Amino acid sequence: MNQVRAIIESLLFVSEVPLSLTKIKSILSMYTHVEITEALEQLRQEYAGDGHGFALAEVAQGYQFRSKPEYGEWIRKLKRITPARLSQAALETLAIIAYKQPILRAEIESIRGVDVGGVLRLLLEKKLIKILGRKNVPGRPIIYGTTQRFLEVFSLKDISSLPTMEEIGELSDPSTTVKDDEASEREELIDGS
Amino acid sequence: MQQDYEVKLEIFEGPMDLLLHLIRKNKVEIYDIPIALIMDQYLAYLDMMRSLNIDVAGEFLEIAATLAYIKSRLLVPRIGFDEEEQEEDPRMELVRPLLEYAKIREAAQTLADSLQLGRDVYVRNIPTEELWDLESGEEIAEVGLFELVRALHEVLKKAEPDELMELSAETMRFKDRINQLMEILAGVSSITFHELFAGQARKAEIILTFLAILEVVRLQMVRAFQHQPSGIIRLYLAVENGIASGD
Repeated sequence: MNQVRAIIESLLFVSEVPLSLTKIKSILSMYTHVEITEALEQLRQEYAGDGHGFALAEVAQGYQFRSKPEYGEWIRKLKRITPARLSQAALETLAIIAYKQPILRAEIESIRGVDVGGVLRLLLEKKLIKILGRKNVPGRPIIYGTTQRFLEVFSLKDISSLPTMEEIGELSDPSTTVKDDEASEREELIDGS
Repeated sequence: MQQDYEVKLEIFEGPMDLLLHLIRKNKVEIYDIPIALIMDQYLAYLDMMRSLNIDVAGEFLEIAATLAYIKSRLLVPRIGFDEEEQEEDPRMELVRPLLEYAKIREAAQTLADSLQLGRDVYVRNIPTEELWDLESGEEIAEVGLFELVRALHEVLKKAEPDELMELSAETMRFKDRINQLMEILAGVSSITFHELFAGQARKAEIILTFLAILEVVRLQMVRAFQHQPSGIIRLYLAVENGIASGD
């Protein structure tokens, strides 16, 4: 039956947030798990095709229609936006939290070697991280973790779909990877002394 | 001229970033850092920052001190150690955090390269009005801090004064209250501001609840709307899965 596929498509069309499988199942309680997952897979394949400007993405433990990256520049024209980019400091801090959560500010600072107060505030404002609680040690420091929003923004299915630290280490030997432009740019100022 | 340098100097995120750069620039092995060489270049960089009137942050000096310490340890062999009692390479003190930082940089790069919502991919935006069944002519407005504080005053008027303050108020922890609030909302998807204070007669309790509301609204896990004719404030869960799964 294509009915179930059409129903799910309509739900995905209007949903503001990624729709979890649990949610879809609770709405379509008359259909089996297999029927629903098959319908989702059919939808995914259908929209992945060339004829469509958006695709069914699996993000933040749910399903969501998202425009395909190749049409981003047209959308930016429509919305007249220049996307804000996260700074290197914000990305590094976010990476530390994503991999090491639950984590304290002091632990983040010891890895980055700099104060991260301002960056944490920015990430909290952007809802990419949240306060998980306070650690039961003197001073009761705040514990940080990433949010659902973080998964949505970085197109991650769930937190475990991040490449592991070991995989990252294998991808690149830290003593060899450096972007050429970045390196030469920096060399000038060191040698210029 | 100086202007040029200042802009470029900011490229370094901190002492670890600078160290990693020096190691790469000199094409040396991270496990076998020529401390004297790296330290000279590191200090040269700090000098340059000073000559350009840039404040050298304390973190940079801390690493400089670590470098100097390691250098001295390498120069002066420790007396009193047996040959067998192998001392760890003092440089490991620097290598371990450097390796960790290098990995984090790579991780940050993979994040930067991933498809980002709002940069590479986009979703449909649904206006907030659709969250409500609007009767004609009625207006809904997202509530600001002042409306919330005004609503708090209403609640506090009915509160009994706290006669005794328990100093060991571990029973009412802020985080617990936030979780409790999120759980209530997860069950009903929306609730009025006053309902959240039901059964809370003590000021301390009310204020804790209020602070919890402020926090979740600030973190935008919950959105507060006010129905204009009646002035009733209603809180909505902003995301499907909330914080309840958070820990």
